[in-house]
Amino acid sequence: MNAAFPSIPQALRVPDARLYLDMCEWKVPAGFPSPAADHTRKRIDLNEHLIRNQEATYVFRVQGDSMTGIGIYEGDELLVDRSIDARHGHIVLAVLNNEFTVKRLYRRGGVVKLLAENPHYPPIVLKEGQELLIWGVVTHNLHKLL
Amino acid sequence: MNRPQQQLALVDCNNFYVSCERVFRPDLARVPLVVLSNNDGCVVSRSNEAKALGIRMGQPWFECKALAQTHGIVAMSSNYALYADMSNRVMRILGDFSPRQEVYSIDECFVDLSGVPRLHELSHALRERVGQWTGIPVCVGIGPTKTLAKLANHVAKKHPRSQGVFNFNALSEDQKTRLLQRIPVEEVWGVGRQRAARLQAHHIRTVQDLKAAHAPTLRAEFGVVMEKVQRELQALPCLSLQEITPARQQIIASRSFGQHVTALPVLQDALSTFVANACAKLRAQHSQAAVLQVFLQTDRFRQDLPQYMPSLAVPLPHPTDDSLAINLWASQLCTRLFKPGYQYRKAGIVLSEISPVTQQQGDLLTPRPAGNARLMQALDTLNQRFGRGTVKVSTQGAYPDWQMRQAHKSPNYTTAWAEIPCTRSETPVR
Repeated sequence: MNAAFPSIPQALRVPDARLYLDMCEWKVPAGFPSPAADHTRKRIDLNEHLIRNQEATYVFRVQGDSMTGIGIYEGDELLVDRSIDARHGHIVLAVLNNEFTVKRLYRRGGVVKLLAENPHYPPIVLKEGQELLIWGVVTHNLHKLL
Repeated sequence: MNRPQQQLALVDCNNFYVSCERVFRPDLARVPLVVLSNNDGCVVSRSNEAKALGIRMGQPWFECKALAQTHGIVAMSSNYALYADMSNRVMRILGDFSPRQEVYSIDECFVDLSGVPRLHELSHALRERVGQWTGIPVCVGIGPTKTLAKLANHVAKKHPRSQGVFNFNALSEDQKTRLLQRIPVEEVWGVGRQRAARLQAHHIRTVQDLKAAHAPTLRAEFGVVMEKVQRELQALPCLSLQEITPARQQIIASRSFGQHVTALPVLQDALSTFVANACAKLRAQHSQAAVLQVFLQTDRFRQDLPQYMPSLAVPLPHPTDDSLAINLWASQLCTRLFKPGYQYRKAGIVLSEISPVTQQQGDLLTPRPAGNARLMQALDTLNQRFGRGTVKVSTQGAYPDWQMRQAHKSPNYTTAWAEIPCTRSETPVR
């Protein structure tokens, strides 16, 4: 980034913020074309693979251990896509008692539940008249191994 | 004129700043909520609940404090980084619905839906998509001109029965007349309260009165812009963006180019002229801007050419009236928006979140190297006022957020990795 713009607010999902954009640019000696010249490609851009809808994707940080059973741990970052319609079995970001929570959505036979992936957390069954807001669908978990 | 009638949609975000805050604060969904201007001075955005309690737009916050205490009104400081990012998302989503898009402000945009089949369904789909993808509620007003689209938007906002979409073009001539008779003239863009009072002296009270007024008299008394407004009400498109006085304070500087422009430096050069003009206006009224928006447009009348009408908004690091600083940002944004291979026909900038320059802040907010005597003096003043240690000298030479008083600013949920929102777990049963 240009040093003159230290704090240009770069949205987390902005596609311009390519992780890698390098093309092979080595010089080709006359007479001997580089064997790699035909294979010049852009490096993998993680944004392209992790985010399917830039405008509808947001990042959340996990607090708590209710989803450790499927490898979502405290401090992990979740990619949440609001453009996906939540279906039975999806991992969703829900609003419960005015707070954000990650759970697996259960929706079968008129029963709606939020299931934790940790035996210490009982299923949350939605009662008549109780409102459940699905904020978005979790598409990826960014879990650090180092 | 045999050109088919334009279907011009004005999409306007409802209570935009308040809505942005609510996306990440579900607990505030039904609470009366306001967002305050720079330094937490005045109310710049109100939830419907706050409006119902009688909080006025632009009202100084200290005046509202008693009411706020009684009714539990929550006030947030402005978070322009958040608003700019949410605005960019909304605008890009709208851009998918038509290649002909004109961003009018951080929360309003014209989308040309002429020739689109099933306009009614599409307008609702547009509204739902923005709502689902961003959480921001919007209203859609459709008309044959910008002025009538804006009025239609006003109707969509005011009348719940419209469900957020109102199409002026779909009315019969009779219905149009009756509708315009019911709307006071000051609701028309470019009229405003002062001119409305003068118009009333000429017995022009409703929009219909203005539409039917004697054109030469109107021009003689109120000038050429008012005549253009009248023609727009008569469904003849003739206003450019700058000619319309915006509802919220902002300065637009833009122009169509004499010929198609394909090179980035030419665009940047044009933008620097717009910046110079806009900043001159800004300084003439002793104000500063906190948000900059840049837009580029290809030639919408050349449908044989590829169309691209991007825009991008950023919060300035601190409110400023400095042409050089704003120009650097405009040029940087232009670089980000620019894509080669398009023939650009128009470009422009929008300065918004305009506030008066106050003496101490004016010095403090100008980015100058540390060691500046006046900066130090201002720093001392701040420390005296808010307690020792409130403001420290940063050795990194960065300019942190302390310049502005933002006691209740939300995190930068979408633009800072350290500030993304968190989920919670309930209490485990062990």
